Amino acid sequence: MGMRKVAVVGAGMTKFVRRAQETPKELSWEAAHMALDSCEMTMDDIEAVCLGTAPDAFDGIHLNGEYLSDGAGAWRKPYMRSYVGGGTGVFVPIQGWYHIASGLFDVVMVVAEEKMSSFYPHAQAAFLTIFDHITERPLKPNLLWIFALEMNRYMTTYGISKADIAQVAVQHKRNAADHPCSLLGDADITVDDILNSEVLAWPVQRLDVSPVSDGAVAVILAAEHIAKRITDKPVWIEGVGWHLDTSYWTNRDLAYPRYVEYAARMAYDMAGIKEPRKEIHIAEPYDPFDYKALHHLEGLQLAERGKAPELYSDGTASRTGNMPICPSGGLLGVGNPIAAAGLMKIAELFWQLRGEAGLRQVPGQPRRGLAQAWGDLMQVGTVVIMGR
Amino acid sequence: MTAKIKEFPGTSLNEQDFSDGKILYNFDKLNGAFSWDTGIGIGAYLASLKNGVILGSHCKTCRKIVVPPRIFCEWCFRPMDEFIPLQDTGIVNTYSLCYVTWDVQRIKDPEIPAVINIDGASPLHGIMHMLGEIDPQEVKIGMRVQAVWKPAHERQGSITDILYFKPAKEN
Repeated sequence: MGMRKVAVVGAGMTKFVRRAQETPKELSWEAAHMALDSCEMTMDDIEAVCLGTAPDAFDGIHLNGEYLSDGAGAWRKPYMRSYVGGGTGVFVPIQGWYHIASGLFDVVMVVAEEKMSSFYPHAQAAFLTIFDHITERPLKPNLLWIFALEMNRYMTTYGISKADIAQVAVQHKRNAADHPCSLLGDADITVDDILNSEVLAWPVQRLDVSPVSDGAVAVILAAEHIAKRITDKPVWIEGVGWHLDTSYWTNRDLAYPRYVEYAARMAYDMAGIKEPRKEIHIAEPYDPFDYKALHHLEGLQLAERGKAPELYSDGTASRTGNMPICPSGGLLGVGNPIAAAGLMKIAELFWQLRGEAGLRQVPGQPRRGLAQAWGDLMQVGTVVIMGR
Repeated sequence: MTAKIKEFPGTSLNEQDFSDGKILYNFDKLNGAFSWDTGIGIGAYLASLKNGVILGSHCKTCRKIVVPPRIFCEWCFRPMDEFIPLQDTGIVNTYSLCYVTWDVQRIKDPEIPAVINIDGASPLHGIMHMLGEIDPQEVKIGMRVQAVWKPAHERQGSITDILYFKPAKEN
């Protein structure tokens, strides 16, 4: 298609914490600065900047992209902020990718930041406006409803139990215990802990949910000729895909995320992947709730419909399994600063595929990984496939 | 990289830091007031609710009857062919027992939000509403329900003109 090859050559991230002392700008700068250091580049090498951050309502700052621009290193550069809800963290590297694949730029910095703690008293309320303002908000919904309703439909359609789903939270939180930036890593957590946690909106319980967090992540993307000069171990972006379903969410099959399937098929096509279950060595599906990881694995064609829990119960999904899932610890374990959480998955693949993931390293020299995020009103899917 | 880095940036705060007065912050309240026009599709929906009818719209090209009604079809991007009155009964597509209110207050008796597939609309086409007059433990996906309306003189042309859906007798 005449597109240039693009590699990830550097990455940086802050700790994910419940409330950070640093401002959003300061967090952005910390992550961006670390990403530059990691590949021994300076801002002089960066030709353009892509920023991802969630709704302005979190920060209470209008035009948050402009507010964050100096922290993201955008000053005196072509700069663009993208936003597709929770899908942003995996969409913003796609945006960086087409900046370079198109031939327009050679080196682009991608920054994703979220500070959810400023919203008072709880960021949950910032999400209320995602419901339709005329036909839904008069019913006084809260954000949990949408997940509880989808989770119940998913469980009932396929006969999946709460305990099946709790395995996901357990494994991700255990994985996160090895992540130096994690907020909720816990090496000793059990399925009973999840099942005995407070019921918020049945079937959703407290430990089924990822935590509100503050944090930032940045990666550096480069065209092939630059990437090979910078590092012996570039990690290529082999495929990207994104897709949107109808925003009338009650007019849609809630048990299966078709938009994720279409996004994944676009990315598999580009990467030349015919049998994803054999060719994807690490999967980082989006896991703001434990059932969502399963839901997304099915949409990604990495499991049959209704069968994703088997990946966890038979060990396939564990860090030493045949297809490790969220070896980072995911949103459930590392934390969920919305846009930053998605880009954290890209950074994780970068480290994993280079063999630099430390205690979290997946054995067997994995060659290819997939990261996915999801958002808007439950209807956008974003997918990136990376390989070495 | 994470293998090589000893210390990651980011400073975590806790309640103690605030009570000790170590952290300065600026508190402010943003105030926004809006008046949203309901438009043609949703306007017809609300006017119809006032008359005790749930309205859908029909796309002949896609052979779909959707609810709430709109004036254009998002699938074929053509105008919808007509508004169609639907039944005020349906099937519970999914539900939740919610012990937390919209402003995160804990409650003992759960609210029961549900997606209800409306009779007369295409399969899996429904609306979000509440269930009532039922023991929360008795709710089942697939059960038949029926709208409970406000008295006609109290209806305002709002989704809340339906108070909730209650179990309907099986035919």
